[in-house]
Amino acid sequence: MSTTDQPAGKAEITQWPRATNTGHLHGDYFPRAARVALADPQLRRNIGNATTIIREKRGSVVAELDDWAELRAAGAAIKDATMADLGDHLERLETEVAARGGVVHWAADADEANRIVIEIARRAEARDVVKVKSMATQEIGLNEALAEAGISAWETDLAELIVQLGDDMPSHILVPAIHRNRSEIRDIFRREMGNVGVPAPDGLTDDPPALAEAARIHLRNRFLTTDMAISGANFGVAETGTVMVVESEGNGRMCLTLPRVLVTVMGIEKLIPTWRDLEVYLQLLPRSSTGERMNPYTTMWTGVTQGDGPEEFHLVLLDNGRSTILADPEGRPALRCIRCSACLNVCPVYERTGGHAYGSIYPGPIGAVLSPQLTGVADNPSLPFASTLCGACYEVCPVAIDIPTMLVSLRAKVAADPDSGDARERAVFRSAAWAMSRPQRWTRLLRLMRLGRFLARRGSFRNLPPPFNGWTATRDLPAPPDQSFRDWWTAQRDGGGDA
Amino acid sequence: MRVALFATCLVDAMSPGVGKATVEVLERLGCTVEFPMGQTCCGQMHTNTGYPDQAAPMVAGFQEAFADHEYIVAPSGSCVASVKHQHEWIAAGQLTDRHVTEARRLADRTYELSQFIVDVLGVTDVGAFYPHRVTYHPACHATRMLGVGDRPLQLLRAVRGLELVELPEATSCCGFGGTFSFKNADVSSAMLTDKIHHVLSTAAESCVAVDASCLLHIGGGLSRNRTGVTTVHLAEVLAATEAP
Ligand code: SF4
Repeated sequence: MSTTDQPAGKAEITQWPRATNTGHLHGDYFPRAARVALADPQLRRNIGNATTIIREKRGSVVAELDDWAELRAAGAAIKDATMADLGDHLERLETEVAARGGVVHWAADADEANRIVIEIARRAEARDVVKVKSMATQEIGLNEALAEAGISAWETDLAELIVQLGDDMPSHILVPAIHRNRSEIRDIFRREMGNVGVPAPDGLTDDPPALAEAARIHLRNRFLTTDMAISGANFGVAETGTVMVVESEGNGRMCLTLPRVLVTVMGIEKLIPTWRDLEVYLQLLPRSSTGERMNPYTTMWTGVTQGDGPEEFHLVLLDNGRSTILADPEGRPALRCIRCSACLNVCPVYERTGGHAYGSIYPGPIGAVLSPQLTGVADNPSLPFASTLCGACYEVCPVAIDIPTMLVSLRAKVAADPDSGDARERAVFRSAAWAMSRPQRWTRLLRLMRLGRFLARRGSFRNLPPPFNGWTATRDLPAPPDQSFRDWWTAQRDGGGDA
Repeated sequence: MRVALFATCLVDAMSPGVGKATVEVLERLGCTVEFPMGQTCCGQMHTNTGYPDQAAPMVAGFQEAFADHEYIVAPSGSCVASVKHQHEWIAAGQLTDRHVTEARRLADRTYELSQFIVDVLGVTDVGAFYPHRVTYHPACHATRMLGVGDRPLQLLRAVRGLELVELPEATSCCGFGGTFSFKNADVSSAMLTDKIHHVLSTAAESCVAVDASCLLHIGGGLSRNRTGVTTVHLAEVLAATEAP
């Protein structure tokens, strides 16, 4: 319960990626990172504005459907059934992709996935690659790994482009640059575009269409001249080996169709068995993520087709901790996640801290349950506590992931972990539990607490020692009453209970 | 009707007035209220901080204290939610099969106060008189885990003399979250600041809720900022009557 640490410098929260094989999944100590974020009023304003708008849009399009509850239940059930037989479905996917001219690679962790992609790029003699917005490749730190291998990765999603040009990190699953407002974006474009390619037009304003046009001009040449593209996948359909990306801008489609070589990095939980199952998710996803009835672009491809689109297709199936989650019945529901980000947009903690405070590229409620499970709790011990358990996330989740319950179970794992548990806190709680689990002890404790009244000023405490100072820094704590409820009851009712 | 009051540790220790008010309202509505002296705490604070093993004796204690009761009523959404949604999990992980069965049985018999009054007793006008301007904060666990919906509002609307003002952004959490308020004190305070801002914007004299814990938090902020606005539990509003 340390609440007395000095505020951290910005450097401390942007220190990832660390040198491990799981990629960008490690958080810093959340309370400290959150304090840095809270001190930035521009950040809070940008995130507050954006999440309020998306929240309202989602609310109204979800309310249009009478069968939302059934869709949500189906979304959960299909994923659960798929997870129960994931191995078989994955083999089916592999067979179908291979039968249609694609190559399937299996990557146990981030390092292996990166090595596979670099190897493909080398063989294709690609010095540059264009990228479709993808969480999986952010998760494994692919851009950095490619850069180390001398290959430049160019983000083409508008928000990812802003993040990349600003030498920044994504702070939201769907809107990676949600922490930036449009004048900050204009400044980044003006400052950085010229350094890496076509510069921003003279006199660029912060008008959204002007910013989009600047990005379009900047990217056009890249699409036309780059030989290799890398994407993630929203869904992979096992029965035909079809992979799918859902997006809003059309830049993804350019990447998926123009280059000669296409590599898709897909988390193994993105798999669904049949096309019929897609019906459910293509309704749940756009309404939950962008608050649209349907997303503007849905691109799907199946292996390679002569004379149409990429000549070479590689599918990298990424585990990176997922099979560990699969083996844990309490954690498994996290694998249902379709990365819609609805839970981020309603989370009161995320709304105030933004995504960077979570460290991992998966922020917000889903990040707080996913990141510690992917890395093991020892690498992310503070994230399960970054929630009031208010339940807003579970309420909106289109695949009904009970995030608060998972957080509680993860907290127990943190507390029980020899490296992450706080022995002092455990001892304090043990004493409290000792006193609170027997009525006689509890009654005596309540009487003892009354002595606290002598230390209070005008009926409340304003400045308590640690660990209670975290409370009294901003809130009063009333002094205990002179009589507990049970003492009142005994006195009034003359032992009317059944002690 | 015989009703066992589960006061909750927080009301027992810090807000006995809420317990007294609950007794008063239930008796006025014709219930015979009992207070099983064996009760202590639902164990929620331990469970939610990562110590379900330590919460286990409290769960067992709750089962012992309330074993013989048909209706168990508590003036707290989150403690009732813990009994209904966490006790079975704790029993399964830490106790015996018998405790698991008992957890399910007692979960079905445990009610949050407003749900008990409206659903079981079938009453919305409890005969209260409370001539004040108030606003209502829907506590998260009562709203999202128990689904109390507008029951507290139905009860408040029937109170004579009471002026109810809608709270902006009502369903956003006040930032308490048990030990969250210590472990993540800065985020917790930022959430509380917004909640207080909204409470003050209603120009209400008091903020009402069904959970003493949220009220301790919101009240702590209102008091620190010397707003002069108070917090009051739904039970206390319902217990108030015209002076005889
Ligand atoms: S946990 Fe649910 S709400 Fe959050 S991103 Fe995943 S699917 Fe969406």
